[in-house]
Amino acid sequence: MVLLVTDDDDRVFKALADPTRRFLLDRLFARDGRTLTELESELEMTRFGVMKHLRVLEDAGLVVTRRSGREKLHFLNPVPIRLIHNRWIDKYNERQVSALADLKAQLEEQT
Amino acid sequence: MTSTVENGTTQTVTTQVYRVYIKTSAQAIWDAITQPEWTNRYGYTGYVDYDLRPGGHYRVRPGEEFKSASEAMGNKLPEIIIEGEVLESDPPHRLVTTFKMLMDPEVANEETTRITHEIKEMDGYCSLTLTHELDGAPKLAAILSGSQEEFGAGGGHAWVLSDLKTLLETGSSFANS
Repeated sequence: MVLLVTDDDDRVFKALADPTRRFLLDRLFARDGRTLTELESELEMTRFGVMKHLRVLEDAGLVVTRRSGREKLHFLNPVPIRLIHNRWIDKYNERQVSALADLKAQLEEQT
Repeated sequence: MTSTVENGTTQTVTTQVYRVYIKTSAQAIWDAITQPEWTNRYGYTGYVDYDLRPGGHYRVRPGEEFKSASEAMGNKLPEIIIEGEVLESDPPHRLVTTFKMLMDPEVANEETTRITHEIKEMDGYCSLTLTHELDGAPKLAAILSGSQEEFGAGGGHAWVLSDLKTLLETGSSFANS
């Protein structure tokens, strides 16, 4: 079971530090409440591999599962990201950060 | 809004699920959800009024600050901004209510939705899982997902729950800072 306590941002950062796991979160962001079979079909990876990644996301609190009939649905839980946002982004002045993000988007659009 | 394709059939999933871990007791979380002196201190604020038995009412009245801020933006709030019915109450672990937001006529005309709060005790902390079944309420779903935040609709459930955690663990919240 998850041992996620207040200071456990580590788990979230580690979970996010992997392109496959970020891809899975992006898929759930686009459409929430998916089954393992569905998530697996979008990845060149074994079912077991996808399960392992989902487990890391679940342990970090980024994915919450819920039974619906005989299916297990995966939901994106944005709360841990929100907490990191509150703790870090706000602290370093959100306005400057979003200005930089805008600048990056603009510059990349031009290339 | 969302759907799952499995075995060739399409099933619409409009449920949102949120979970937060809070270093406090189940009773403290229960109180923070069900008592007006707590609910006006985090998230969207406002005073809840629950009749905690099946068939009992659930209402939220806006706090003074929210009322005047909203009025300053040309949007006069009704006396009751959220209305529902208690379906299940098992303190301090499980609370199921219906939920209808009355602040905006378009949202108020959508289907009545259903919220389940589940509190589980763990080793020195608790998990709070909020499941919101939002069938037939796409506008409310958009607000509660936080996607309307830049238009002044607040950050939805994720914002409320992270604020609740901050309040219970540190004694102050973003809503009040």
